[in-house]
Order: sequence, then structure tokens, then C-alpha cells
Amino acid sequence: MNINLTLIGQSITFVFFVIFVMKFVWPPLVAALEERKAKIADGLAAAEKGKHDGELAKQKVIDTLKEAKEKAQDIINQAEKRASEIVEESKDNARVEGERILAAANAEIEQEVNRAREHLRGQVVTLAVAGAGKVLKREIDEKANEDLLQDLVAQL
Amino acid sequence: MASEAITSADYIKHHLTNWTYGQFPEGHEQAGQWGFAHTAAEAKSMGFMAIHVDTMIWSLITGLVFLFFFSKAAKKATADTPSGFQNFVEMLVEFVQTSVRGSFTAKNDIVAPLALTVFVWIFLMNLMDLVPVDWIPHLSGWIGATFFGMDPHYVYMKIVPSTDPNATIGMAFSVFFLVLFYSFKMKGVGGFMGELTLMPFQSNNKVVQALFIPVNFLLEFVSLIAKPISLALRLFGNMYAGEMIFILIAIMFNAGLVMATLGGFLQLGWAIFHILIITLQAFIFMTLTIVYLDMAHSEH
Repeated sequence: MNINLTLIGQSITFVFFVIFVMKFVWPPLVAALEERKAKIADGLAAAEKGKHDGELAKQKVIDTLKEAKEKAQDIINQAEKRASEIVEESKDNARVEGERILAAANAEIEQEVNRAREHLRGQVVTLAVAGAGKVLKREIDEKANEDLLQDLVAQL
Repeated sequence: MASEAITSADYIKHHLTNWTYGQFPEGHEQAGQWGFAHTAAEAKSMGFMAIHVDTMIWSLITGLVFLFFFSKAAKKATADTPSGFQNFVEMLVEFVQTSVRGSFTAKNDIVAPLALTVFVWIFLMNLMDLVPVDWIPHLSGWIGATFFGMDPHYVYMKIVPSTDPNATIGMAFSVFFLVLFYSFKMKGVGGFMGELTLMPFQSNNKVVQALFIPVNFLLEFVSLIAKPISLALRLFGNMYAGEMIFILIAIMFNAGLVMATLGGFLQLGWAIFHILIITLQAFIFMTLTIVYLDMAHSEH
């Protein structure tokens, strides 16, 4: 338990150790720790950003889906409208066609009637002439009574 | 024990004597020359001009072990995932950093490395206390007797540097020197002197204030001096007492089988308890170093 030069020797050793630690041990270790801290902070920030981006993408997906649905609905509506239009159009066409056919048939019928009437008229003329001839026998000139006969025909 | 013939008192004394190299005093046959002391009395007679070789060797070994492993870890330190020893070193560094941040308010790059050195080095020096007290002294006694023809009784080897007051006072004085240096640097000569003389008693009356100066100086000076002394003696006292108890337990090993078995358990128990003490003492020395340096930096 003697106090002696050891005291000074220990002090010198201590100072040497402290300087060594200050120069070669402490700075790299603290630098590594700080770097890791920064790295972790960056990583956390990136994760947060990724999360945020993910949420944005999710929102975008939902929006896109909604839009697509709306579009699809539009298309369906349009198609339905178009279909009903086509049906209407067809109905119109059919009606027009039917009317046309009806008109044509009517016209033909009228024509037939007219023709039959003409025919009948001719027959009647002939019959009338024959009857008149028979009544008048030779006295009556066919040619002289033509006008009279024509008149008769027109009156039928 | 070094020999069967010696008494318990001799055994204890042998264990508590340092391996001393110094200048032989007046009246010695080798007066004026330097050499190893052969007995405790001779070591004492050398006075201040002597050095404890064992304290120096073991403190250097522990210190260099600390520097070697820590600089190795520092060289390999990366920001990637740490593993194994680097993890352990980083844990210590962060622990010291937290302590320094908690107690030290000024900015000074020397404090944290100083605190780390103090903590780890003192811990390692204290750790030597857990080596059974006879192993290394016996080994060195054998080496001395076999290779150097010495009497093993006079081969002294005290392996715990912190049980040598020179080691603890040397460290405490180094810290104290830093405290004084930063006190003068941060506060200036006037500021530091004012701190020593103008407090704690103050007065608005100039005459009374002048009368207070010597009283204040006495109080403040004592508290200033008490810092390194308490720092050194707390560590020394704890370690010395612990070592002493290990030695006393070791004496039981020579007192029959029952006592030896009991001694074995006692040694184990004391060693386990001592793990707490050596860590605690290293921590206290570190914390007080930080606090004293913080006081040196802060203005009142």
C-alpha cells in the first residue's frame, strides 16, 4: 500500500488508453451506429411511403373498376336503346311494307274489277246490240247506230 | 500457500504485497541502486522511488485486451446487421453514450471515449479479482523459483490493479486534471476562482463579502479536493476489501476438509456477489467522471 511511481505510471497509461480510444475506437463505432440509425430511419420512411403508394394504388384500382362498371353500364344501356330502336324501325318498316302490299293488292283488285267491268260492259254492248239486232232485224244499220250504242255503253 | 511453514498472517501479507522495483534507500547494502524489493518492509522503505511491476503489468494487459478487442470491433464496424462481438461492443458504446447524454450537458468529444475507457478498463481490472487468489501468485512463485532461482516466499504478484491505491489514485488524478483543465478553460481563471471563493456564502455588502472569501474558499476547496480522493478511495476500498475476503476464504482451504468445502462454497458465493460489485464500481467511477466533468463545464 505504498504510494510511489506506480501512480504516475498508471496516469500515463490511462492517458494513453483514453487517447487511443478517442482516436481509433470511439469514432468508427459511433459512426457505424449513426449510419445504421440513418439507414433504419430511411427504411422506415420508405416503408411508410410504400404503404402510402399502395393505398393510392388501391384507391386507383377502385376508381378504375368503378369507371369500367359505369362504362359497361353505358354500353349496355346504349345497346338496349339501339335494340329497341331497331325493333321500332322494323315495326315501322313492316307496317310500311304491309301498307304498301295492301295498297298494291287494292290497286290490283280495283284493276281486276275495272277489267271485269270493262269486260262486262263489252259483253253487255254485244248482248244489247245482238238483242237490238234481233229486235230490229235488218232495219237497223249497225253502223248508223254506233253512236247510240256508244252512248249506251258509257251510261252503263 | 507459498509454503506450509508460513503462518496465516504471513500468507495475507504476502498476498497484499506488490512486486516492487525501486531504488534501495540509505542504509541498505545496495543503497542508491535500483532493484526488486525482497520483502514487504524493503518495498516500503523504497518510498516514492519505486514502481509496482505487477500493477503495471496487469493493468497494461487488461487495458491492451480492451483496446485490442474494441479496436478490432471498431475496424470492422459497419452499418449492416451486427453480429457476435460487435453487437456486444455496440451495446457497451450505446450504454456509455446514454450515460454521457444523461449527465453531460456541454459538448466535448473527449468525455464519451474517456467514460468508455474508464468503464471497461476498470471492469477488466476488477475482473481479475475473480481469478482464484492463489493461481497466478503460485504460478509466478513457481516460475521465479524454477527459472530465476528465487525464494518463492519473496515472489510477489498482486494481480488486481484496482486493489493498488496507486492505480486508482492515478486514474482519479488524471480525471481531476481534466476537471481542472476544463474548469479553467470554460470559466476562465477569474470565473473558476470566483466559483471557489464567492459561494456558497454571498452578501450584498462588499466588506462582508470579502470576509466570506476565506470561508467560501475553504469549503469549496475541500469539496474540490474531495472529488478525486473519493473517486480513488471508493474504488480502491471496495476492491481491496473484496480481495481481502477472498484471501481470508482461501486460508480456510488449509484448515481441514470440512472447512475447505465450506470455503469452496463461500468463495463461490462471494465471487458471484462480487460480479455485482466489480460492475457497480466500474459504473460508479464512470458516472462520477462524467458528472465531475459536467460540473467543470457548467457555469453557475
